[in-house]
Amino acid sequence: MKYLDEFNDPGLAASLLGEIAAVTTRPWTIMEVCGGQTHSIIRNGIDQLLPDTIELVHGPGCPVCVTPLNIIDQALSIAALPEVIFCSFGDMLRVPGSGSDLLRVRSEGGDVRAVYSPLDAVKLAADHPERQVVFFAVGFETTAPANAMAVHLAEQRGLDNFSVLVSHVLVPPAIEAIASSQGSRIDGFLAAGHVCSVMGTRQYEPLVERFSVPIVVTGFEPLDVLDGIRRVVVQLESGQARVENAYPRVVTEQGNVTAQQMLDEVFDVCDRNWRGIGEIPRSGWRLADRYARFDAAARFAVDGIDTPESGRCRSGDVLRGLIKPSECAAFGVECTPRTPLGAPMVSSEGACAAYHQYRRLSVDEISMPPTSNHRG
Amino acid sequence: MADARDVDGWTCPVPLRGHDRIVMGHGGGGKLSSELIEHLFVPAFNDGARIELHDAATVPVATGRLAFATDSYVVRPLFFAGGCIGDLAVNGTVNDLAMSGAQPIAMSAGFILEEGLPMATLAAVVEAMAMAAATAGVQIVTGDTKVVGVGQADGMYVNTAGIGMIPEHVDIRPGRARPGDVVILSGPIGEHGVAVLSTREGFEFGTDVRTDSAALNGLVGDMIAAFADIHVLRDATRGGVTAVLCEIAASAQLGIEFDERAIPIPPAVAAACSFLGLDAMHIANEGKLVAFVPPRGVDDVMDAMHRHDLGREACVIGRVVADHPGTVVARTALGALRVVDVPLGEQLPRIC
Repeated sequence: MKYLDEFNDPGLAASLLGEIAAVTTRPWTIMEVCGGQTHSIIRNGIDQLLPDTIELVHGPGCPVCVTPLNIIDQALSIAALPEVIFCSFGDMLRVPGSGSDLLRVRSEGGDVRAVYSPLDAVKLAADHPERQVVFFAVGFETTAPANAMAVHLAEQRGLDNFSVLVSHVLVPPAIEAIASSQGSRIDGFLAAGHVCSVMGTRQYEPLVERFSVPIVVTGFEPLDVLDGIRRVVVQLESGQARVENAYPRVVTEQGNVTAQQMLDEVFDVCDRNWRGIGEIPRSGWRLADRYARFDAAARFAVDGIDTPESGRCRSGDVLRGLIKPSECAAFGVECTPRTPLGAPMVSSEGACAAYHQYRRLSVDEISMPPTSNHRG
Repeated sequence: MADARDVDGWTCPVPLRGHDRIVMGHGGGGKLSSELIEHLFVPAFNDGARIELHDAATVPVATGRLAFATDSYVVRPLFFAGGCIGDLAVNGTVNDLAMSGAQPIAMSAGFILEEGLPMATLAAVVEAMAMAAATAGVQIVTGDTKVVGVGQADGMYVNTAGIGMIPEHVDIRPGRARPGDVVILSGPIGEHGVAVLSTREGFEFGTDVRTDSAALNGLVGDMIAAFADIHVLRDATRGGVTAVLCEIAASAQLGIEFDERAIPIPPAVAAACSFLGLDAMHIANEGKLVAFVPPRGVDDVMDAMHRHDLGREACVIGRVVADHPGTVVARTALGALRVVDVPLGEQLPRIC
């Protein structure tokens, strides 16, 4: 399978691991920014295979996890309205607001639908002129172009019954906030490959200069992640700090210029609250003024809803890389996928959910010789 | 299936003049109900012998142990690549019986139809059920039909129940798993779930993947004939292979270890899972089983499986251990270890 088998090859992985071990002379702490990378690392056990001196900490790059509680509560209020068809990416459906989640709203009669693309929501709006169709536009730079396109199309087609609840967030300001936060112990970053496929790699140059940390744009398959780690360690060991592109089959320096133009057209940069982290200046997108009439929060008058976070959930510390999920007192006890206190326990890309899914036994408790394969 | 009561060119399987859609009266027990039975269900499900309609079917059985299973089917869309709710409803219950080692001898079919369902849709589903039953070598001998109002059902729901005879000396159940048992998977996984998802509203994507829906009683019969002391059989339906392994580990209070690289995943399934953010191990199959076999029987069972069409790609994926009772552990492709657990609810396609 192109890009699946090749980037999962045990022999190549072993040689990358060998290179990493050979070049590493000191302890290094590396943050993978994106939740997709976290999932790949934990699912494949990459952190178990690295030298003990290399610590991976999991970053804030899970769009489900960082969407603030008040926006989730706004979504729940809108989704419960009888005239509304509320469309969302699948993994937002189970994220808890302060009292409910979208799946529960659906069970209580709300018309909540999982879609794979915001353009499907535009089509729904065209097909159901008598209903209000709302799309939950969350995510990083990766999902934003399609969401911007949806708004643009709705305007072109004069769809007055379409709107978006926007909570877009941006990666570079988050890296800046983490690198400049007190007590930061991150020596290098794996930047999120798919974000850079849209935005390019240039945005990271100022961060590298300011904080003297290597930033390596990295993919998601096991070999991608290992190669990203190797490049960060090579830079650190030789005292360098550069932006490097370890995902050139997808990412270019300029990024996707057409998508960027669409983003400029539809969105304006704004300050944004990150769940568990707090407000980061100029870290998100909102609808530009000329598209303000597509703002669902204003249309349904839910923009006043404001909800404080749970005091027991340490997801902010997890998302900033200060603790591992399993170091939170609530982990696996009062906070489980069934009863999540915070979003990282919900999303498949959330660090807490990944630890709960794959790491409930410590590695010492399990030992297994490879199974002989009698495959016929 | 000409019948003395067939007049004026009744044709099977479109039985009802003047009704190209289901109306409430088709579930009312009156003439319309009777016509549906006589002109659609009986011709499709009866093997040619003239039958006397009665409240209950009677089935002669030999002495021994009976297996009894039921399942309800609510799939959307009703038709998908390679199958429909009809063959699922027959194969699913046949497979539930087969997982106790039983060969099916009779089935029931219950229909809950939504008012307005096109008669041609019902006829196509019924025909698929008849074909699946014939392939599995079982007869549908009794049934029931109810009609609910528009919007109260998703087109149609089907319930089937079945009985089967368990051969002597066969004792297949989760509690018989033992440390040392070898875990065998009958073939590539994930096809049914991906085929259905690819045609579901909002997720349409182009793929050649077709459902693997199939009756496994023939394969199981061959496996038992080769080695009767199979400990556990389980079809990997909802929750996929992961759910099977986790349920057996939990109910037998034993550990299970498997090698991720040994799991056959068709490239198109792997690709769909990759872009939707799903795990093929959690995806439903409708024609795959997992067998727990003591080491002395593995060669015979594997040989029998490889000779059968539905087991040609059977492979050993892991084994049962006494350690970490109740927990399933995978060795990843890179050689690391991880715990494997069932997801909380349905898998949700991810954002990016």
